[in-house]
Amino acid sequence: MLVHSRTGRWAAWALFVVLFVPLFALPLLVILAASFSTHWSGAFPSGPTAGHYTAAVRGESLQALTTSLVTALTASLLALTVGTWAALAAAALGRGGKRVLDALFMLPVAVPSVVVGLAVLVAFSQPPLLLNGTRWIVILAHTVLVTAFAHQSVSAAVRRLDPMYEQAAASLGARPSYVLWKVKLPLLLPSLNAAAGLCFALSMGELSATMMLYPPDWMPLPVRIFTATDRGSLFTGSAVAVVLMATTLLVLLAVSRIRTKASYR
Amino acid sequence: MASADAVPAGGGGGVRTASTGAGARGGTTSAGGTRSADPRTDGAPPAPSDAPVPHADAAAPRGPRSGAGAAPGSRPGPPAGAPVRAVPRWVWALPPVGVLALFFLYPLALVVQQSLSPDEGGTSVEPYAEVFASEAFREALSTTVWLAVGATLGCLVLGFVLALVIAFIPFPGGRAVAKFIDVFLSFPSFLITLALLFVYGTVGMANGLWTDVTGAAEGPFHFLTTPWGVLLAEITYFTPFVMRPLLAAFSQLDTAQLEVASSLGARPARIVRQVILPEALPALAAGGSLVLVMCLNEFGIVLFTGAKGVTTLPMLVYSEAILASDYPAACVVAVVNIAISVGLYSLYRVVSRRVGA
Repeated sequence: MLVHSRTGRWAAWALFVVLFVPLFALPLLVILAASFSTHWSGAFPSGPTAGHYTAAVRGESLQALTTSLVTALTASLLALTVGTWAALAAAALGRGGKRVLDALFMLPVAVPSVVVGLAVLVAFSQPPLLLNGTRWIVILAHTVLVTAFAHQSVSAAVRRLDPMYEQAAASLGARPSYVLWKVKLPLLLPSLNAAAGLCFALSMGELSATMMLYPPDWMPLPVRIFTATDRGSLFTGSAVAVVLMATTLLVLLAVSRIRTKASYR
Repeated sequence: MASADAVPAGGGGGVRTASTGAGARGGTTSAGGTRSADPRTDGAPPAPSDAPVPHADAAAPRGPRSGAGAAPGSRPGPPAGAPVRAVPRWVWALPPVGVLALFFLYPLALVVQQSLSPDEGGTSVEPYAEVFASEAFREALSTTVWLAVGATLGCLVLGFVLALVIAFIPFPGGRAVAKFIDVFLSFPSFLITLALLFVYGTVGMANGLWTDVTGAAEGPFHFLTTPWGVLLAEITYFTPFVMRPLLAAFSQLDTAQLEVASSLGARPARIVRQVILPEALPALAAGGSLVLVMCLNEFGIVLFTGAKGVTTLPMLVYSEAILASDYPAACVVAVVNIAISVGLYSLYRVVSRRVGA
């Protein structure tokens, strides 16, 4: 307890509410409110309707939702594989090698995602690998962007891993592959789950690189929200945004349930 | 290399003959045993692989044979070749690095190459000269930098105050607020701009309230399409990125220190300055530099603002490449953006490593 006087405490809480509510709670509430209304010309929205949602879960928007889900799922799985592999391989290297590998895999975080999009577009619009115009270029860019986060969280977990378990398993005669599958990966499972959730959420909301290279038949949800609001249909955009948030939250919730199960094992 | 690695394992096999356990492989008695166990385990990357496996298969049979030569009495145990490190460890690092190189480093290299090759052909620094000379680029550069610096400062101050209240002046629901911050982080940034359109837009909430209360024809809030709107959105979106490390740091702070300081007569302002702030500095430095890099790279917020007056470097990359189809210029801007961001990010890594955050 930092402030002991009653008035002081109330003043601090009031300050907190004044700062927190308009800045953080209000935006999400406003989007939610807008998604259920037809007009907003005044202090409060008017014309309550659920019509935007019927539009948001069919046709183009539904397609965008499945596109986003497929992209996020594929990209997360690929990123998790590559990131985990790199984290495990880095742990086996010496100090110098580990540093190089960590730096290499952190690079996509530092490079602006628009630039990642541009780079992927430039590189795969020309032979030998012609991916431009296919869905794979979107998935590829997402994978590159989220691999860094997967690598970061898995390698943090690998660092915390107690080497006694694997040494015990190895001394009892387990092969390296057996140690990996039966000892290391189960121990890493909680952080793998967390990383999967993180990758999924990031990929679901990815807009910058996607704007650079999405083909017309593979338009993820954030791009759909942008095109809707750009055309001036803010309310439809809000409904789609709520769908995006709800889907992300549901998947995160599911992933965190898996995690609690795994950490009790 | 495989044979050089096999030698100590063969030595281990020699030790093994002394112990009678037929199936016991390695790691039995001596220090050599544990040493051979150690590299075996931590060298094991994910098993399903395509490239290095043939290597392992080719080299694996060689190991047990030499082991058998050293210890003729031992049976050929079922997992042949297990104690032998046939493949050097760095080979396992090659597949992920190769994937990264193909899908990330090679495209980046192409961007650099394209930035040096103007439309007329050949290789020259002419695109750079052109872009650097253009007014739009210089304006975008300065806008990007001051927006990022301003947003970072705002996030630091706001995040520090909010985290301070959550951590040290606890109130019912504080945990829920901390949870909410985590959830907030998993949403895309452009949602904030979308929401601000409803709150501060020309016919939005704030202006509506103003006209209702004062009866004026229109409200005073028109900053949304100016850099200030972007600044507000960035501060809103990135403050949680500062709060999270701060809350983690505060949770490790011993509250007894605060009690002692206050019982000695220190006022809250002094406790914050002399006890809490020094404790929070590493987290502030790490969070602040992360936010700085993310603000430099922010695109969604600027795009959704839809303001022609606000152009940042990522926005310039997008408009040059997609709207104007001027790829060399886009690549030049991209290279500049990469240089700034990667430079700052490496600084962040150094800072956060030094302070141990």
